[in-house]
Amino acid sequence: MDKAENANNPPTESSARLTFSMGRSRRADGTITIALAGNPNSGKTCVFNALTGARQHVGNYPGVTVEKKEGYRTYKGQRMRIVDLPGTYSLSAYSAEELIVRNFIMDERPDVVVDILDSSNIERHLYLTTQLIELQAPLVLALNMSDVAERNGVKFDTELLSKLLHAPAVQTVGTSGKGADALLEAAIEIAQAPREVPGNLVRYGPVVEKEIEALEAIVPADHPALAEYQRRWLCVKLLEHDPDVMTRGFGEDVLAAVASARSRIKELLRDEAETVIADRRYGFISGACTEAVKATVERRHDMTDSIDAVVTSKVFGVPIFVVMMYLVFYATFKLGKWPMIGLEHGFGWLSGAIASLWPAGSESPLKSLIIDGVIGGVGGIIIFLPNILILFLAIAILEDTGYMARAAFIMDRLMHRMGLHGKSFIPMIIGFGCTVPAILATRILENRRNRFTTIMVTPLLSCGARLTIYSLIIPAFFTERYRAPVLWLIYVIGIVLAIGAAKVLRVTVLRGEAMPFVMELPPYRVPTAKSLLLHMWERGWMYLRKAGTIILAISIVLWAAASYPKPTAEQLAGLTQEQAQKVELQNSLVGRVGKALEPAIRPLGFDYRVGTALIGAVAAKEVFVSQMGIVYSLGEIHGNLDTLRAALQHDYSRLQAFCIMLFCLISAPCVATFAVTRSETGSLGWAIAQWVGLTALAYVVTLVVYQVGSLLV
Amino acid sequence: MDRKEERIMTLSDVADGQRVNIVAIDGGHGVTRRLAAMGMLPNAEVEVIRNGHPGPFIVRVRGTRIALGRGVAHKILVR
Repeated sequence: MDKAENANNPPTESSARLTFSMGRSRRADGTITIALAGNPNSGKTCVFNALTGARQHVGNYPGVTVEKKEGYRTYKGQRMRIVDLPGTYSLSAYSAEELIVRNFIMDERPDVVVDILDSSNIERHLYLTTQLIELQAPLVLALNMSDVAERNGVKFDTELLSKLLHAPAVQTVGTSGKGADALLEAAIEIAQAPREVPGNLVRYGPVVEKEIEALEAIVPADHPALAEYQRRWLCVKLLEHDPDVMTRGFGEDVLAAVASARSRIKELLRDEAETVIADRRYGFISGACTEAVKATVERRHDMTDSIDAVVTSKVFGVPIFVVMMYLVFYATFKLGKWPMIGLEHGFGWLSGAIASLWPAGSESPLKSLIIDGVIGGVGGIIIFLPNILILFLAIAILEDTGYMARAAFIMDRLMHRMGLHGKSFIPMIIGFGCTVPAILATRILENRRNRFTTIMVTPLLSCGARLTIYSLIIPAFFTERYRAPVLWLIYVIGIVLAIGAAKVLRVTVLRGEAMPFVMELPPYRVPTAKSLLLHMWERGWMYLRKAGTIILAISIVLWAAASYPKPTAEQLAGLTQEQAQKVELQNSLVGRVGKALEPAIRPLGFDYRVGTALIGAVAAKEVFVSQMGIVYSLGEIHGNLDTLRAALQHDYSRLQAFCIMLFCLISAPCVATFAVTRSETGSLGWAIAQWVGLTALAYVVTLVVYQVGSLLV
Repeated sequence: MDRKEERIMTLSDVADGQRVNIVAIDGGHGVTRRLAAMGMLPNAEVEVIRNGHPGPFIVRVRGTRIALGRGVAHKILVR
């Protein structure tokens, strides 16, 4: 740190060990840590992308499963670690995200906290800022979306605003990257010479201030929380009944004083203490804004209102929603077809090229492992990547344009009837991509019963991995014009079952009041290609990684299980090559387990081959396809999907095919889902209940469909 | 704000296009705090964009559109 600059900041005695200038997070190599905070819909992710480029690392916060994004950047010789904190409206510690943001700032002590604000809606967004000021975080304000603000006739005196809030303010446009360099410069400056922010910049009026003072006097000097937080801040949080601070081991005397202070405030001001404090924060904001922000145009009606008038209307809302969902599935299936064919040919060529390394007609275990095990297994998954990417792209478009929030609004009535919350719809729709992030996304639901119900039924919403099964089966059994409707039907069955299951759960084990629905509807925006592609790539990469690791391992294990033990020479004597292959399969471990399972699944219309593939699907749904491929390539010839489809067509009826899809839709969630349900509910019992319950449901539903269907067909 | 009608009612009774002021929020800690973070506090002005009777609600507060469940709208007293 520059000594000359440091001298300009007189050290404060009592709080010296608390000041951020200590920069605990600073590494030996001089890398500074910049944390990005801001409301959801403030364009935070866009700014993060503009600052870091595509070099990002996505992980989880320790102990919890909220996504943590980090990136590195070197600017004018200064190396920076940039952390994208979860989007929050406040730091009240009422949700996992809010607590993460607060704890990150207090525990990791980033050198700078960049607060990203939607400057077209500055007052609301400054609410979070007041709480960052209260924490005395080394703050830089990014007045983002300044282009929108300008168009709306909002003018900023950034110098004055920065003086009033004791933090430099920089105008930015996240989507175009404008102002990114100025923002970095301001951040580096603050990191090197933090401004001294008075702890009482935000004041709460004489009544509350008096209570804060009284509380400050009785919090014991040796209380452990004082090592981390300022005394004043702790007292404000106690008055607010902050759930985290309240449980930090304060003595009976302090808690009793808090209770009587709260009742005095309520008596004098006729509002709860937290309401009064929140109101004063807004008072502080409007004080700053009257001086530094000028709105020159009074806006009444804008584009978003016009679109909403149609999209959220009682008449058109639901039909538009249904059409949107249909378009998503149509695009996934139709547009994904062409690159998929290309990939199929590619893998076919690769298998041929590798097979030619061995002399024609020779059989080697290694050749079989590479071609049947590795390429057959992993290749069978990778060719579905185009479908998965299109689905993720469609979800990203719905999210980034702002339609997703409207969809939740439209679905609130239906969700409400299920005893759920319009917001439950968001994790559920992510569930169409992958159940694992969907279950993680249930963290947006504050109420435990709501959240658990959503977690339990989300696997019924058909994920991308199950799409691989349908993409194999549907073209084999249905003509062109019935393919999209059949796919749609499968998804609808999942949705209907999810609704029913949620209802049952909400009146039985998870009985209770539904939580209030409060959600921001962001203005409609044209998404940037960069953010859409990054979004799509992040999720696609997750899928690929799964293919490269878990699925590769499972493919090899399954290949071995399908190849060994080998039959004896006597058993094979005198058989043709095809007959020998059949005997080999039936003799293998997979063949034996599949066979053992056959009596149980026969009433569903399944044989030992399907049973075998279902064993694989337990590990990961998409393994069903590669397992079918392996089972058939061992029994017959290996080749591309059309060969497999032809084989399926030969062995199964259309009803059986439909039942296979139905069973795969409902039954046993994959190992990853099981693991995430366990960690998110914090109990093995819920995970087991989900697994067993869904498998039982699948069995019953498929049994009824197959038996009734057999009578009709 | 000059307002002819000074009668206190719940937000759920307010028709489309009307502007009202919040008097009180009759809810638990969770709801109150959540609403405060979104700018919905006593004295704040609320414009009802869509009273989706009997479904959810869209309001505008401090320049932000917020969707509210009907249950929440019942708990917000306005004037």
